[in-house]
Amino acid sequence: MAAGETTREEREQKARLDETFSQLYKAHLRDVYSYSYYRVGNHHDAEDLTEQTFLQAYRHFERAQRESDGRPLRPWLIRIAHNLAANYYRDRARKPQTSIDDAGVISAPHTTEALVEDRDDLKRILDGVEQLPGDRREALIMRFALGMDNREIARALGRTDGATKVLLHRSIKQLEEIVKQAEGPTEP
Amino acid sequence: MSDVADIESLLKLALSPVEPPKELEARLELTLGSLVGMAAEELEAWELSAMRDPRNWVRPVAAAAVGSGAAVGLVLVRTQRRRHKRRKEARGPVDLLSRTLRDFAREARRVADDVF
Repeated sequence: MAAGETTREEREQKARLDETFSQLYKAHLRDVYSYSYYRVGNHHDAEDLTEQTFLQAYRHFERAQRESDGRPLRPWLIRIAHNLAANYYRDRARKPQTSIDDAGVISAPHTTEALVEDRDDLKRILDGVEQLPGDRREALIMRFALGMDNREIARALGRTDGATKVLLHRSIKQLEEIVKQAEGPTEP
Repeated sequence: MSDVADIESLLKLALSPVEPPKELEARLELTLGSLVGMAAEELEAWELSAMRDPRNWVRPVAAAAVGSGAAVGLVLVRTQRRRHKRRKEARGPVDLLSRTLRDFAREARRVADDVF
């Protein structure tokens, strides 16, 4: 009977775990999809990457929850997506087939679009983001597309908080330079 | 558009969150719910002692079948989703068939790796 009790307990534990995972999935589907989309540059592969991320996450969820010590699991999810995206490029030996803007972000209606005076600015920004080295591009995606703070980004990228702060600062500076160059020389 | 504040506000606009397609949401819920949760729960619910009695074999076998069915379904859906790309790249009907089979095998391996 004791063995039966243990089994029931384990079953209940698993049901609770599944429920928690379901909440995690609902809370962060958009984050994982947004991250995937900005990494691969098209909806088709972003869907695949999102699907793979959650399947991987489900497999390792119990351990991740145990080791998270109550901290949010979003950085862990994004780290899975980050690793899968790296595999995506390595295995298939390819780069994004279309630039992000071609895939529809700019053409999609932004709720605050009325505030933007010049759509070319957005295109230059996206082009600039694509020219950044991988870690800088990813840090910017995490900060601006997902709204992650320094600590979350640090956990997702496996860096210290300080190194992440420097990374973000340098990313923005480099992007600024790229955008300035794209704008051409300014008149005196 | 040259200072950092401008760049940051433009970054917020340029990198707006992207809503996942509804069909992805539905597919993921189906995959996570049926493929993993349901089959595992049913199989776990099968007391070890019941294995000795063939009358109790129906439920877990059905659960495994649901899991397998969902897995096959997932492979088919993923293979089907690449059909336009395959047609575009194929050099003829034989090549198209060969590409379809390769995609199917690849998706089957991926589902097996991810879930089981």
